[in-house]
Amino acid sequence: MPTVAPLDLDGHCLAAVFLDNVPHFALADGAVHRLDNGHKTIQANDGLLSTFHDAANDRLITGGEDGKIFAVAAGGTVNELASAGKKWITSVSAGPQGAIAYATGKTAFVRFADGKTKEFAHPRSVEGLAFSPKGMRFGVARYNGATLHFPAAEGKPVELDWAGAHTGITFSPDGAFLVTTMQENALHGWKLADGKHMRMTGYPGKVKSLSWSVKGKWLASSGAPAAIVWPFSGKDGPMGKAPLELGTRGNAMVTSVACHPSQDVVAVGYDDGMVMAVRFADAKEVLLRRPGKGAITAMMWDKEERRVAFGSAAGDCGVIDISA
Amino acid sequence: MSDAQTTQIPVTVLTGYLGAGKTTLLNRILSENHGKRYAVIVNEFGEIGIDNELIVESDEEIYEMNNGCVCCTVRGDLIRVVEGLMRRPGRFDAIVVETTGLADPVPVAQTFFMDDDVRSKTKLDAVVALVDAKHLPLRLKDSREAEDQIAFADVVVLNKTDLVTPEELAKVEATIRAINPAARIHRTTRAGVALSEVLDRGAFDLSRALENDPHFLEAHDHDHDHHDHDHDHHDHGGHDHHHHDHAHASDIHDVTVQSVSLRGGEMDPKKFFPWIEKITQMEGPNILRLKGIIALKGDDERYVIQGVHMIIEGDHQRAWKDGEKHESRLVFIGRELDAERLKKSFEACQAA
Repeated sequence: MPTVAPLDLDGHCLAAVFLDNVPHFALADGAVHRLDNGHKTIQANDGLLSTFHDAANDRLITGGEDGKIFAVAAGGTVNELASAGKKWITSVSAGPQGAIAYATGKTAFVRFADGKTKEFAHPRSVEGLAFSPKGMRFGVARYNGATLHFPAAEGKPVELDWAGAHTGITFSPDGAFLVTTMQENALHGWKLADGKHMRMTGYPGKVKSLSWSVKGKWLASSGAPAAIVWPFSGKDGPMGKAPLELGTRGNAMVTSVACHPSQDVVAVGYDDGMVMAVRFADAKEVLLRRPGKGAITAMMWDKEERRVAFGSAAGDCGVIDISA
Repeated sequence: MSDAQTTQIPVTVLTGYLGAGKTTLLNRILSENHGKRYAVIVNEFGEIGIDNELIVESDEEIYEMNNGCVCCTVRGDLIRVVEGLMRRPGRFDAIVVETTGLADPVPVAQTFFMDDDVRSKTKLDAVVALVDAKHLPLRLKDSREAEDQIAFADVVVLNKTDLVTPEELAKVEATIRAINPAARIHRTTRAGVALSEVLDRGAFDLSRALENDPHFLEAHDHDHDHHDHDHDHHDHGGHDHHHHDHAHASDIHDVTVQSVSLRGGEMDPKKFFPWIEKITQMEGPNILRLKGIIALKGDDERYVIQGVHMIIEGDHQRAWKDGEKHESRLVFIGRELDAERLKKSFEACQAA
């Protein structure tokens, strides 16, 4: 039976991550809490809005109401990486070679490891940012599609068009597919080799959480009473195939998903605070945490594949140990 | 407001042309001692002289919804900013959204009805239009937005009245009234309206909306405000206004918005609801606002209804008072409305 070590905080949790195997919880007020031989806290932004877990560098990138971007690393280190004035930082991401990207209003910025910064202006707001796992390339989710930039080279960006407001963005781990979340209840995808479209619709709610399974074979998503898991192992992604519906509940919506690092298993968080683990092969469910005070907003597995850190909209966070 | 996290935060939308007095009013909202804290969403920090950490600059982003409906637009930036603000709800009691001078107020308002996240955490309180008494005639000549802002407003602050003659002022007010017979109008100088007249109005709250305005649609020779009106009717010159129910597509130049005010007796719910549904589906793009109090046959409560384009909502409001006339009143504000057809089809919904 899994055991839960609770950490009751006051405020909306935006990110629950392991940094150097220590669970960290970043709250909307900009405080980052950690369970590191006791409960410790450091302050990053004055008001946190966006986060990205930079796995390659074992750090959490944060952007906030103060217009600043910080890198939070294990042991309570906070470094300011950039500042973009008085405007809110709406999205942050991290890419290869220590590069990061951040956005405010209609502008996206890339800051390279040497501190040089490049600016990318857009006609409309930059809603989401993601780096491709291969090469120095990043994508911007925008109104009516996505734009791909190559920040290390000069040259024109690649425009991928699809009507509607695209709010979030992710590349598949092999870099073959680009998927956006939309203002309407849908995902949209492009096969980058030929620009072929993939429409993933049928959600009763907005999709706010996406997670690629090991080797990018599946893409798990929130926005329904079940985790909706699309197959991406075929050449054309999920086209013409039905998704898996895992962890279906009649009275709750899935708000957060996190795929297991090595197995076809997904941790599913619901709007009532419940967390389950569900296996793809047979849809077998294991209860990890009973309902709590608020919707699950963030989850991450540790490297040992033994623990899941989770955060909620009400601040009742914690760590689930499944090995017990 | 102070209890429960489940309380929806009220949102006031301020519209008005550059120079109409929005900044003056905003500065008053932020600085006056009213015991409430406001988060303010602006397009540019601009001239707001007040230091407040909760002034958020946001790029106006109008998103058309991908559902084939041209009037289904929302403000994408507001969805994001409201979501961000509502993650730390303890910091403020209400939100004020200031729009640019040329802004269309409809996407702003629709955001609060169409986006589930925004709708669950906030509620539109009222749309307040600031109008410059001196420059309104000119504004109406050169843009459609000025007219839209008035047509869409719950409250019109008719500002800078000291810069015009009493005759000019009366004419401007009559023009506003012609565009929007349902709004409350306040004459001011230096945006000096009592803040209680623009904040926490509950104009979109079905239980309060029309209660605030006991004279709703009573007449357009209104005594809505505390001014004495001299009824010189220069706004109706040559127009037959022998009774209240006619369309008031104005004879005033440069006004393309019209209002259609309807009154009737008790309605047959089996006829009325399909009718209003059909009208808003078919005429949605032309309807900026609709508001009404409906007397339903066999129902001892008043039914109130309101709409923005194709979005309509309605609910029982309160019991009819003793001696209160069971009467239905409905106003459409929009463009290219067929007043005669609306009137006939509305009247056909009356209970036998």
